[in-house]
Amino acid sequence: MELKGITKRFPGVVANSDINVGVRSGTVHALVGENGAGKSTLMKILYGMQRPDEGTISVNGGLVDFTTPADAIAAGIGMVHQHFMLADNFTVLENVVLGTEPKAGMGLDFKAARAKIKDISARYGLGVDPDRLVDELGVGERQRVEILKVLYRGAKILILDEPTAVLVPQEVDELFGNLRELKAEGLTILFISHKLDEVLSVADDITVVRRGTTVASVVPGEVTARQLAELMVGSALPVPELRESTVTETPVLEVRDLKVTSSDGRTVLENLSFTIHAGEVLGIAGVEGNGQAELVEALMGIRPLSAGHISLSGKDINKLNTRKRRDAGMAYIPEDRHRQGLLLEATLWENRILGHQTKAPNVRGPLINRKGARADTERIVADYDVRTPGIEVAIASLSGGNQQKLIIGREMTGDPVVLIASHPTRGVDVGAQAAIWEHIRRARAEKLAVLMISADLDELIGMSDRLSVILRGKLVAEYDPNSVTPEELGSAMTGAGDKTL
Amino acid sequence: MKKLSLRSAGLGLAAPVGALIFALLLCALILVITGHSPVEVVDQMVKSVQRPRTVANSLNSATTYYLSAVAVAIGFKMRLFNIGVDGQYRLAAMMAAAVGGASFMGSLPSFLRILMTIVVAMLVGAVWAGIAGFLKVTRGVSEVISTIMLNAIATAVVAYLLNPARLAVSVAGSNNIGTAPITEGGQVPGFDYPGSSSKIFGLIFLAVLVGFLYWFMLNRTRFGFDLKATGLSESAAVASGVNVKKMIVASMLLSGGAAGLVGIPQLLGASHSYALDFPSGLGFTGIAIALLGRNHPVGMAFAALLWGFLDQASNVLDISGVPKEIVVIMQGVIVLSVVIAYELVRRYRLRLEQREVGKALGTTKTPAEVSA
Repeated sequence: MELKGITKRFPGVVANSDINVGVRSGTVHALVGENGAGKSTLMKILYGMQRPDEGTISVNGGLVDFTTPADAIAAGIGMVHQHFMLADNFTVLENVVLGTEPKAGMGLDFKAARAKIKDISARYGLGVDPDRLVDELGVGERQRVEILKVLYRGAKILILDEPTAVLVPQEVDELFGNLRELKAEGLTILFISHKLDEVLSVADDITVVRRGTTVASVVPGEVTARQLAELMVGSALPVPELRESTVTETPVLEVRDLKVTSSDGRTVLENLSFTIHAGEVLGIAGVEGNGQAELVEALMGIRPLSAGHISLSGKDINKLNTRKRRDAGMAYIPEDRHRQGLLLEATLWENRILGHQTKAPNVRGPLINRKGARADTERIVADYDVRTPGIEVAIASLSGGNQQKLIIGREMTGDPVVLIASHPTRGVDVGAQAAIWEHIRRARAEKLAVLMISADLDELIGMSDRLSVILRGKLVAEYDPNSVTPEELGSAMTGAGDKTL
Repeated sequence: MKKLSLRSAGLGLAAPVGALIFALLLCALILVITGHSPVEVVDQMVKSVQRPRTVANSLNSATTYYLSAVAVAIGFKMRLFNIGVDGQYRLAAMMAAAVGGASFMGSLPSFLRILMTIVVAMLVGAVWAGIAGFLKVTRGVSEVISTIMLNAIATAVVAYLLNPARLAVSVAGSNNIGTAPITEGGQVPGFDYPGSSSKIFGLIFLAVLVGFLYWFMLNRTRFGFDLKATGLSESAAVASGVNVKKMIVASMLLSGGAAGLVGIPQLLGASHSYALDFPSGLGFTGIAIALLGRNHPVGMAFAALLWGFLDQASNVLDISGVPKEIVVIMQGVIVLSVVIAYELVRRYRLRLEQREVGKALGTTKTPAEVSA
């Protein structure tokens, strides 16, 4: 399979530009890159969910043009999604045949399907029993069902989207065993990940994607995880840095022995403790899905704690709900602004009210102060350089960077004492990135306690006074940003580091 | 920007008008297929609208339909489907009729009697809808299921209470039974409409007031903002500090309260008692009108008027030999085409705005700039 010059534009941004990937048949090819580097867009293009604006895809030497996933499936491409798409109350067999039910006259020919599933399962060592209920299966087994599903449909090229994100280490080993067997049987696998140690252990070739374009193609034997991390993070960005220290001795946000359990009963955060002082930025580094999102939601009162204490300026805020925490001065830049930060179909000024429904100048008693909110939105638009033709347009029509600037402007209004910034520069262009960093510096100078979570290591190192690494729900290491290198940090994040944790 | 909002308003109007024309053409086609002349049907309907009686009756129907639509729309704004307006208003109207017709009311001043009757109706409607809200936040029961079931329960409760041994009395000169009639002091007099024997409900003003309050609540209050925010994006609302469970209960109570009013104009303006022949099914009509009017206070008013007129027109058609079911088909086709047209326009508008903003700013990036 070969991709040449793939470019995909969305209104205001280019998600992929001039992507070139060559996948050799019968190999495991890894596609690595940071979050937001354009991997998922590329994947959607490969699987026919989106069409590229420019460039060509060829499979086995012949040019193809996918308009729907069905075309991709017909060309022998199968996708294993990160989030499983299985019906819990169906058996493995029923899930696998769903959509391509084998018909025998008026009824369904389950017998042939069962035989075929058993055959595939045995051939590739997947160990899947067609008659078990999916509900009873563990995460690793479910993933094997997903793989079997695409094999059943005749896929010769498998795309795995961050397959290890949901697995525990033993399951990862099992998966890699399966992948090697699939490869031995002549299948081609495209493996998308940002966990470098895993990529190095399983891939035959590696392509690095950064900022929407392919920057390097390497072979695992020739690079180290550190070099790969360097390629992934890149150095072309404006350099984030802090000026003189503004750190004080006043603790503002104190977190003690935090424990959070997910709705399915897994412990996602454990024994988490830290203190952030006024005028200090604490950076949290970690690979996505190691508990960062849960930490932020627990701090904001969106997610309940199983144990532990959070206090703000010496006062216990465990019992306060989200609104009261916001009223107490907690400002929040969510990691997914479309999901948690904005009402996309509402206007700019309505979005300025969001999260600040209790504060002047947005409200007067129980009533909305439209005039006040509009005037203050104008102020934010001017002060934070939000590029918009007006405040009456739907926020969905602005670019990501401008949406983010409005969020920051709104959150910095009303004298906050803590700023929780989750991936503050994700998916924004370079200009907005520099501006957002400047606003965070200003917040720090105004003696806010800032918690910053990011996947951009340069940003973390440059913008933090102190750095912690989160791995599987625990803070496992602390670094001085003045002396740490992205490579050291990257190693600690993936748990592949030589440093004893 | 002015140009943009003008075009945007034009598009907003294009959807319902286009859908209406489409629906009418489709109905004409159905008429032709079934062997009737569309021209004649239109002629009949136009003639009927000129009759004063039709106008008065249409306005009265529209009054109840509008109240019902507002009740549904309050839920819709939060993505809650209150299918139970029907049960809520029937139970509320019956209880209100029982209170309004009770003998102790006779000595009270008229204003107080009417007010008490209305308050009882709102409370009963709110409680009945509140059950569904409570079940949703405590047990996760879908409000669609619970309100449908509560409709059935309301029917049974009304049947049980509407018994001479309990709240009902026999209606003189018929087999009908109903609550004790509300005497003159508890009634709301209607307005004469020249040339029409039926009066226009005095409580048409109640519908106008409810519409205004609905608009005010949504656009001017914090509560309304939270409600809209929850409807637009629950995750964003939660992150902004909205307590979604509280909002669910509150909006179900409000929706039920509005639903309680649906039967009141009829009760206090014409029927004066809740009997077996009290109009039913208004709650479902409300769903169609809320959809047609896009939950907008003014849009729903027009939708209610259209619906009311079509209902009245169906009687005329029957007389002239055209099956009146054609009107039901027409109503169904209108709702479906309007819903589809709105969704198309909404998507188109968002894309258009995105493009306009991009053009206004000239910031659509070239690949080179982004990858730099």
